[in-house]
Parts: sequence; C-alpha cells; structure tokens
Amino acid sequence: MSEPTPQGPAPAPAALVLVADDEPNILISLEYLMKREGHRVLLARTGTEALDTIRRERPDLVLLDVMMPGLSGFEVCQQVRADESLAGVKILMLTAKGRDTDVAQGLGVGADGYLTKPFSTRELADRVRGMLAG
Amino acid sequence: MPGPGIDKREWAAALAPALAIAVLAGLLAAVLAGTLDAAERATLWALIEPRLALVVMVLAVAAAVLGTLTRRAWLQHGAAPGRLAEQVRILVGQADGGLRLPEDAASAGSLSLARAVNGLLADRAALHAEIDQRIAQGSRAVADERNRLAALMAELTQSVVVCNLEGRVLLFNARARLQFRALAGAAIGGAEAIGLGRSIYALLDRRLVAHALEAVQQRLARGVAHASSQFVTGTPGGQLLRVQLTPVRATEGTGDGTGDGASDGTGDGARAGATSGFVLMLENITRDLAEDQERDRLLHLLTEGSRGALGTVQMAVELLDDPGLDEPTRARFFGVVRDEIAGMSRRLNDAATQGQKALATRWPLEDMLGADFVAAAARRIEALRAGVTVLAHETDGGLWLRVDSYSLIQALAHLADRLVDEYGISRLQLRLAAAEPAPGAGAARARLDLVWAVQALSTELVTAWETEPLKAGAEASPLTVRDVLARHGGTLWFERDRPRGEAMFRLLLPLAAANAPLQAEVRAQAGSRPEFYDFDLFAARGLPAVADTPLAELSFTVFDTETTGLSPSEGDEIIQIGATRIVAAKLRRDECFEQLVDPQRPLPEAGIAIHGITEEMLRGQPDIVAVLPAFHAFAADSVLVAHNAAFDMRFLQLLEGRTGLRFEQPVLDTLLLSAVLHPQQDSHRLEAIAERLGVTVLGRHTALGDAIVTAEVFARMLPLLRAQGIVTLGQALEASKATWLARVSY
Repeated sequence: MSEPTPQGPAPAPAALVLVADDEPNILISLEYLMKREGHRVLLARTGTEALDTIRRERPDLVLLDVMMPGLSGFEVCQQVRADESLAGVKILMLTAKGRDTDVAQGLGVGADGYLTKPFSTRELADRVRGMLAG
Repeated sequence: MPGPGIDKREWAAALAPALAIAVLAGLLAAVLAGTLDAAERATLWALIEPRLALVVMVLAVAAAVLGTLTRRAWLQHGAAPGRLAEQVRILVGQADGGLRLPEDAASAGSLSLARAVNGLLADRAALHAEIDQRIAQGSRAVADERNRLAALMAELTQSVVVCNLEGRVLLFNARARLQFRALAGAAIGGAEAIGLGRSIYALLDRRLVAHALEAVQQRLARGVAHASSQFVTGTPGGQLLRVQLTPVRATEGTGDGTGDGASDGTGDGARAGATSGFVLMLENITRDLAEDQERDRLLHLLTEGSRGALGTVQMAVELLDDPGLDEPTRARFFGVVRDEIAGMSRRLNDAATQGQKALATRWPLEDMLGADFVAAAARRIEALRAGVTVLAHETDGGLWLRVDSYSLIQALAHLADRLVDEYGISRLQLRLAAAEPAPGAGAARARLDLVWAVQALSTELVTAWETEPLKAGAEASPLTVRDVLARHGGTLWFERDRPRGEAMFRLLLPLAAANAPLQAEVRAQAGSRPEFYDFDLFAARGLPAVADTPLAELSFTVFDTETTGLSPSEGDEIIQIGATRIVAAKLRRDECFEQLVDPQRPLPEAGIAIHGITEEMLRGQPDIVAVLPAFHAFAADSVLVAHNAAFDMRFLQLLEGRTGLRFEQPVLDTLLLSAVLHPQQDSHRLEAIAERLGVTVLGRHTALGDAIVTAEVFARMLPLLRAQGIVTLGQALEASKATWLARVSY
C-alpha cells in the first residue's frame, strides 16, 4: 500500500504505531488516520497478538482497545509496564468502557492516556501528537 | 410437746395450794417444835391431838378449794394463749380464708386478742383477693398483647422469625413456615424445616448471622437507637434470601405493672439494654436478582455496545470528508457506517423489548462506617490465618461505604489467603481513603488498598485469583472476587509502588450518600426504651451444658420405630420412623415426622398383625440411607426420648456404618423413668403407663401413634419427676441408670 501524503498544519515526525482492536470496522479508520498522520502502522486483533508485536517491534505508541478476546487491554498494559525494556512504549487506551472506575483502572495499570469511545478524529490525532512530542 | 405440757402444768396449778399448805403446816410444826420446851410441847400436843383430824380436814378442804380455784385460773389465763396460738396457726394455714376465731372467750383479754386476729385474717383475705384479681388482669393483658402480636405477624406479607441469642427459634409466622417449606423442597418425613426451639442455623449460615449481629452490636454500641443489618444468602436449592436482622434488647430490671410476670422470666440479670435475641425478616429475592442482572446486562449492552459503534461511525464519517480519500476506501467507510448503524438498531430493539421485563430493584448494599469495615476485615483475615498481621492505620475513619460487607470481606480474605499461600506474606496492610475523582467525574468512591511488601504478581495470577471461587481458611463461596466487585459497581487491579517498595490490590468501592446513615438512624434519646414483645422462651436453652439444664427447658424429640423384627443384630430393619417434639415442656403435635422405609428385605408375616404395614405399603418408599439424614436433622439439638429406647437406639447404632450418622445426643427412656417413678408397679409397658397416668391411647402401633403416646406419657412424667427431686436432665439420666431395668440390653 502506498503511503498517503501527510496532511495538516503540523506534520509530526514519523513514528511506529501499533493499533490493537478486535473490531475490524474501527481498525480501518484508525489505520487510515494514523497513516494520514504520517506514521507507520502495525495492526493487532487480540491482546496476545498485540503483546507479541509490542515485544518484537517496540512501537513508539500503542492505541490499545480494552475489550479484546484473550488478554484485555488492561492486562496487556500491565505486562508492558512490568517489562523495564519496554519503558519507552507509550500507551493510549481506547475503550467503550466509560465508567469512571475503568478510567481509573486504566491509569492505575500504567497507561499514558485514556480515550473513551466515541471520540472525534481530531481529538485522537491531537492526543497522539501530544504523546509522541512529550 | 403441746399435749403432755398442758397436762403437767394443769396438774401443777391444781396441786400447788395443797403443796403450799403442807409446807406451811410443816414449817409451823417445825417452829413450834424448835421454840417450845418439852413440857410446853406436851401441853400443846395434848391440846391438838383430840382435834388433829379436824385440823387436817380443814387444811385438806382449804387445799382442795384453793386447788380448784388455781386450776380454773390457769385454764382461763395460762392455757388460753396456747390454744389461741394453735387455732390461729390453723386459720393462717387455711386456703380460702373464710374461717374466723370464735369470739366467745371467757376473758376480756382473750376476746380482744381473738378480735384482733380476726381483723388481720379479714385484711389478709381481702389482700389475697386483690392480688388474684391483679394477676388475672395482668395475665389477660399479656394474653391480649400476644394475640395482637400473633394477629399482626400472621397478616405480615414478610416472613418473620424471632430467635434468642443462641439462634433458637422462639416464634415464626405462617409466611416463614411456607417460605422455608418452599426452600427445602420435598421434605422426607413431612417434617417442617422450621420449628419452635429449633436452631435457625440449620437454615441460615451461622457466620452470616453472626456477622450481621456483630455489625448491629457495633452500631448499638455507638448509641444508634434502631440498628438493623441486612445480608443476602443462598440456600442449598440455589434460591437467594434477603435477610434483615434486628436485635431484641432486654428490658432494664422489672417492667411496668402489666409486664411484671413476663419480664421476670426474661430479665435473667441481663445488663440494661443487652441484646437477648434477634428478629429476622426474610424475603426471597431470587427473582429480583435475576431481573437485576438482566437489567445490568441490558444497560451494558446499550452503553458499551453503543459507545463502540458510535466511535466507529464517528471516525468513519469524519474521515469521509478527508480530501485525500480514494474511491475504494470511501466505499469501505460507507460500508462501515451502514454496518454499525444496522448493528445499533438491532441492539436498541433488543434492549427495548427486554427492558420492559426488567424491574428496578437493587442489590442490598448497606451503609457501613469505613473504619468499622476495615477493622472487621482485618480481624477476619487475622482470625483465618494464624500468624498473619493486618495493620489498619492510615484509614480515613470518616468515610461511609455502601457495601455488602460480608461478601466483600470474604473477597478480601480470599486475596489475603492467596498471598499467604503463594508467597508466605505475613504482614498486610489495609488502607482506606477517598479516591481522587477520576477524569470524567462520576460518583464519589473510596479507594481500599490491600498492601504488602515488594512481591509483584503476574497478570495471569491476578486474573486467576479474581476469577476462582472464593476460599479463605475453611470458608468457601461460589462467588468470585469479580462477582463481588461487580455487585458493588467497583473494580480491582494490581499496582506497584516502586519508590515505597510496596505492592497492592487497589479496590474502588462505592461511598454512601453523604450523611445518609445519620438521617436514617435516629440517635437514642436518654431514658427511652425500645419496645418489644416478651417471650418466656427467651430463657430456653439448647443442648450445650445440658446435664445441668432443667428438663422443663429442654427440647425433646420423642420417637418410635416399627421394625421387621426384634433382632437388629440379626438383620432386622426399620420400616417406619415416627417422631414428635416437646419444647419447653409442651407437646408440639404440629411438628411431626412420619416416614415409611423400604427395608430392602422381605417382611415377616408375624409383624404385619402388630404394625399393619404390608410389603405393598413399603414399595417405592425411600430406603433408610435416604430417610435417616432427614430424621437426624429433625432430631438435631434435642434430647431423644423413646419407650424402651435401648431397642430403637440399637437399630440406629447399627446404621452408623451405612449412613455415617451418629445420634450423639442424650437419650431418655420412658420405660426406665416409669420404673424410677413407680418402682412397685409390675408393668412398665407403654399401655400400662399410659393408663396409670391417664393418657388416652389412640392409634397405637404406628410409629407416629406410639411416639405421640410416649410423648404424652413423658410430658406427664415431668411434674412427677420434679416432685421426686429429679429436675435436671443429668438427674433424670442418673436415676434411670440406677433402676435395675437399665440392665436390659438388645
């Protein structure tokens, strides 16, 4: 697939982003959006697949869905944080679980950010840029 | 002493003048003899001698007259008080108080004494009459009160059970009987699950009740006037009961007027306001809970399901505007949108149809002071694992949690237990604080941390601990940590605090609405006393320390068996068990056990004429292995009574191997007791004893018929035993042992 030309006013430096979600429909949009932001994109459909990819590829950022078959997003996040060598991997949790306890749990297990579905593409793009810059 | 005493003194009174005259005459003679010389004596003697007979006669007459007079005076003034005292004793002892002293006494003193005594007797009779009347009034008032209470309880749509502190049932309403009958399912022997004097712990988990009681006591100790506690428990049949426990508190000293008689029975020297029992109100919430879960599922479907779909649609729609979009990708985004919208419509329709069925009921969570909860949890964990210390400082004592404390403490104990098992951790800490509001706000929550040093946990292990059935020490529950947290709308995760060298389970728990507990529970006003009804049975006791317990306070299971023959050790089997109960010296005909048993062997013809049970009747009946547990439960916590008990007990003993059931309670035998009471009688057969004691025999030679006759006989024996000084169970057992019949064995 050819890489789309970067758009928008503030082109960020290309990063390696892993998108992990079990919903193919949202995966399509997330992949498109990240590529439009100028990043290289890896995809994972399950928690286990995501964890394997993170260990192998050491992405700069993971967009991590909470509700996935196998390992949940919380569990993936915890395992990544338990591994000192993966300290550089930033994690943004995406979830339909909107309860305040879920947000607290996400941050408690070491996620760098937490976005509750539904969110706008702009919101997501801003958060990604912010996290990659910080 | 009275008879001869009066006689002797009467004689003394009569003879005293004679004696006095004789002594006087003697003295006179001695004086004359001593002062006169011989010539004068001779002259005097010559003067006296011819008239000696006359002188003696005069003196004798004088002695007789004076003796009669002194005797009469004695009878009138000396003996009268003694007679009067005797008469007064008789009159004081009389039952009806109608008799009076005769007011015809000879002397004025006796007469006024008799009048005074009669006055006193009349006053006493009047007092007696008044007291009788007051007692009658009081009894009527108590009876009225009980009837009103009974009527009230009968009308309640909730099940109500009243127990004393030992958990013995003192009272229950019809609804409770139905409820427990329904929960127990088809009962063997037709025995009711609930009965007066029975232990409620046969029906409800003792630990749950103890926990609720403790929570209530804590509140009472803080001065809350109307403390009560709720818990939910499962039954063996998989039903869920919500139980509200309210303490019954003893009155301070004697009550007012009408309550005197009753409160003496319960006062028992109890501390003012001490808890003497509890009231349980039960509600079957199985349906409610199923509906609750269904509602939660729907809500989940609508919120999380829709959020995901909305997120997907929103992104796709936004990206459709993207100028760089090529046609195939645009087509894919349209497909995504159509797909997700169809999915959302479907979910919405499902939810709408199902939602109509769901009812708005809540899982019963109770408000509990955070400090109480943490202290209770720490105590629980320490009690379950010897050698484990749980610190509970760093607790925000002012927080009010809204929790099902029993299941939540079980969950914490489970986690602690796993930590101890897996890593030998012996020092734990519980910390409770308000949680900093999460991004996106939401309800206020408390953060409860179960903290230990350093040791990290793998995610797999945490997940395993969270999802396995709760187990801590000897306690187990089918629930999991996740179930418990889901019930609280809470969550849990494992977290490490590297700088502090700590690891912890962090739980987010709901907080109670501000100040709600204080508004709901009115503080006790000084001097006010909670009102309650008063039952004699509060003093009734169960089996512990039974030997010293008066027979009148014990529960008895009176039973009889019909068997295929008379030799249990040669293969004879039980074919019927019948039993009834005596509680607090009263026969409970409504609490019966009757069950035919398939002996799984041929029935000898000889017995059929006696018990009238045929092979046909036994076909399809349960065998003894199925029946005995039901009878064992029926007889739990009571003293066994049977006529010729050695025979029945031998059968039960021989069954121990097959059923694994032991009847360890004390056993009384009406045959032996009859020998104790009437050792001179030839026959101690049940019919003979029944006739002797005036018990009408109906329906003999069915197990239940015989059991009821035995029970009636036993009930009539109780006062007779008491009259012989046999009051306690221990005394009854001793006396039975001492009779020679005790040597008969099968």
